Amino acid sequence: MSVLALDHLTKRFGGLIAVSDLTLEVPERTIHSVIGPNGAGKTTVFNCLTGFYRPDEGHVRFREEQIDGLSPDEIARRGVARTYQNIRLFANMTVLDNVRVGHHIHVTGTWLGTVLNTRAARLEEARVLDEARRLLQFVGLDDQRERLAKHLPYGAQRRLELARALASRPAVLLLDEPAAGMSPREALDTMAFIRRLRDELGITIVLIEHQMRVVMGISDRVTVLDHGVAIAEGPPAAIQRDPRVIEAYLGARHAETGFASDHVHGAS
Amino acid sequence: MFGGAAVYLCLVGIVETFSRRWVIADVVSLGHVVLLAVGAGAGYVATMSHGEFARRRGPLAALAAGALVGASPAALLVGGAAIDLRVMFINASPQLYQILALGHAPAAAVPLLVALGAAAGLAGWALAAMAPRARRTLLSGLVVVLIVGIFQDLLQLLLQGPAVVTAVRGAVFTVDGPSAGGAAALCVLTWAVLAARGRYDGALRRATASLSPGAQRGLQALRWALVVGLLLIVPIAGGPFVAQVMVLVGLYILMGLGLNLEVGFAGLLDLGFVAFFAIGAYTVALLTSRGEHGIAHWSFWAAVPAAMAVSLVAGILFGIPVLRVRGDYLAIATLGLGEIVRLLVLSDALRPWLGGSFGIVLIPKPRIDGWELSGPRELYYLTLVASGFIAYVAWRLQDSPLGRAWMAIREDEDVAEAIGISLVTTKLLAYGLGGAMGGVGGAIFAVLVGSVFPQSFSLLISINVLVLIILGGLGSLWGVVVGALVLVGLPELLREFGDYRFLVYGIVLVVMMLFRPEGLLPAAAQRRELHAVDDVPAGEPASAIAVSGAGSAEA
Ligand SMILES: Nc1ncnc2c1ncn2[C@@H]1O[C@H](COP(=O)(O)OP(=O)(O)O)[C@@H](O)[C@H]1O
Ligand SMILES: [Mg+2]
Repeated sequence: MSVLALDHLTKRFGGLIAVSDLTLEVPERTIHSVIGPNGAGKTTVFNCLTGFYRPDEGHVRFREEQIDGLSPDEIARRGVARTYQNIRLFANMTVLDNVRVGHHIHVTGTWLGTVLNTRAARLEEARVLDEARRLLQFVGLDDQRERLAKHLPYGAQRRLELARALASRPAVLLLDEPAAGMSPREALDTMAFIRRLRDELGITIVLIEHQMRVVMGISDRVTVLDHGVAIAEGPPAAIQRDPRVIEAYLGARHAETGFASDHVHGAS
Repeated sequence: MFGGAAVYLCLVGIVETFSRRWVIADVVSLGHVVLLAVGAGAGYVATMSHGEFARRRGPLAALAAGALVGASPAALLVGGAAIDLRVMFINASPQLYQILALGHAPAAAVPLLVALGAAAGLAGWALAAMAPRARRTLLSGLVVVLIVGIFQDLLQLLLQGPAVVTAVRGAVFTVDGPSAGGAAALCVLTWAVLAARGRYDGALRRATASLSPGAQRGLQALRWALVVGLLLIVPIAGGPFVAQVMVLVGLYILMGLGLNLEVGFAGLLDLGFVAFFAIGAYTVALLTSRGEHGIAHWSFWAAVPAAMAVSLVAGILFGIPVLRVRGDYLAIATLGLGEIVRLLVLSDALRPWLGGSFGIVLIPKPRIDGWELSGPRELYYLTLVASGFIAYVAWRLQDSPLGRAWMAIREDEDVAEAIGISLVTTKLLAYGLGGAMGGVGGAIFAVLVGSVFPQSFSLLISINVLVLIILGGLGSLWGVVVGALVLVGLPELLREFGDYRFLVYGIVLVVMMLFRPEGLLPAAAQRRELHAVDDVPAGEPASAIAVSGAGSAEA
């Protein structure tokens, strides 16, 4: 059974069709990659999934429930978490608080309990702290927990954003170019880490990537977007051989100056 | 520019008013200090603008800048003797000229002023060239002398009683103000204290850190006991006037804590905050007044929770229309909402219930078992308890799931929503709880004055509260206290300079924004200090490429 599904999703910005009639099924515990050149509409898909944008046509289903039209916080409560292409941390909060606040949907106590300092509130706060620290250890940031998020180096910020997303114990994790700005080596490490999320925590992962090469090793299925249209979908090996995909990527390579398909590329 | 500032200060009358205050009796007045400070400031800026390494030109530039500053009042002196400036500048009085002439004939005063200005400029250069630490120590000493000079009346009042205390007073003050010897002693004493602190601070900190947790907690308790003890004796030591000022400070602390919840924690700008203050005040007035508008004749103690509840609901209602409003528009929208409350109270439609512009009178003082809390001292303790309680609530909230959700919204509303924070609930709670805190302030205000009028709840109060939390440091609880003391307490204690209140506000705010935009007691830094973590980025693998923010158009 698929945990996440898109039915004929279309999103327009004025005259521009950013996503066109996209249909997609993501089965439980799989890693599904969405690749495509810059401006293909990948991030827009995520924004529709998380309620940032309302699709113009089509639907989004989470565990067979229609979730398009819900507000982002309601979607998050159902178990969808995400990271961002350009890291968006709570810059002036500590590393620890970034993760603790990521836990928000599981907090049951009210502010009154906090003010009265009830036993339940204290226990819950201790539990939240405990879980946040375990997550920070998991991403290797526990010793940095009192620093402000904005003072972390780039790589650590990426890991923190991931920890914050994991704090909501999501069923589905949407990762928007998690390896952007990394060297090939670091990108490989990141992919290995993402695989662990699926294997150890059982999280279903949708992964956006700009470069085809990076995701081939870990993806169960790959969807290729070009100008908002899914031009191919299937297992990685088949995708690599697909003539339309090769053409789209070659075309993009000619069009984009400085684009190197097998190398680091930062800003996108 | 600085020369212009010096002349300006003379012509608006600041120098003359300030000259009545001797910082060192019969030698240096506050007016002189202001002018010298302008000279030094010119020297400082002149040095800085020449770059740190232009050592040769630095002092010369500073000297010239200072001399120029000195020359402008000198020019005023000469010019004023020739033409009567009073037609345009009412403050260009003979007294001013006398002050500027420093007790000499104008002819002798001109070179003297220029020389003094140059000296001040040179001092500014010296300050700029000094090591930051030495500069801080030096300035601290001078500032202590200045503070003692400014608050001499109050201090003299406080230093009454036992022989030891009177002896101290005799040593520092003469009839006219602090004596030269006393001032010098104070200055040197401050330096000594700072030097000792610099020397032993580390050792002391290490010593406390090595104590057992129990002993540390004891130390903490002792510190709090000291603070509480000090707060308790303020009205006894300071007398009714100080108590009254502190009540006002307390009211602003209550409002500041409420607004800080909205603006500082949750990042929701609110220019209509006075509405909650008014709602709290009117609730208490209606529920307790013995006059024609009183509806219940409740006791104050029953009315306060009601006032909190009403202003909490009002806060939520206030929040609903502005839920989707962001940024600059939020300022305008809240401004409008605040004014609506005031106009509603003033309106004819509600006059039969709220008394229109005649307000509600005959609000009885709170009573405890037949004892009426009527004097400033009693009301001081009432305010102290209330602000202590509200500060505790704010402190609990700050480090709680709700507090973190507020901060997340402040940092990035979209991302906060995407991690499951309901903007509706969280924002409305900020407005509601913040409003309730303001309502408590209003409740006390009602019994303090004994009556409520719509005129008391002007936009200016909202602005004052906003300024005080910015001054103290957005999001910082101690910042609220410091902000209220500086912005409300100081002007009340310095009534004689009252005319220049807003001028000083303006200058202080501009200077703050330039040099210390995070406020006097910033929240984050304070917190990091508590945790004693350094902020130097630790060595990280090669991935430290700054790419963040380079993303394309994303939600
Ligand atoms: N909020 C928006 N308003 C207008 N156009 C947008 C908006 N978001 C994205 N677009 C456009 O939609 C297209 C797809 O963008 P995006 O989804 O960010 O691509 P990708 O993530 O694949 O690089 C681009 O042409 C982009 O300019
Ligand atoms: Mg993108």
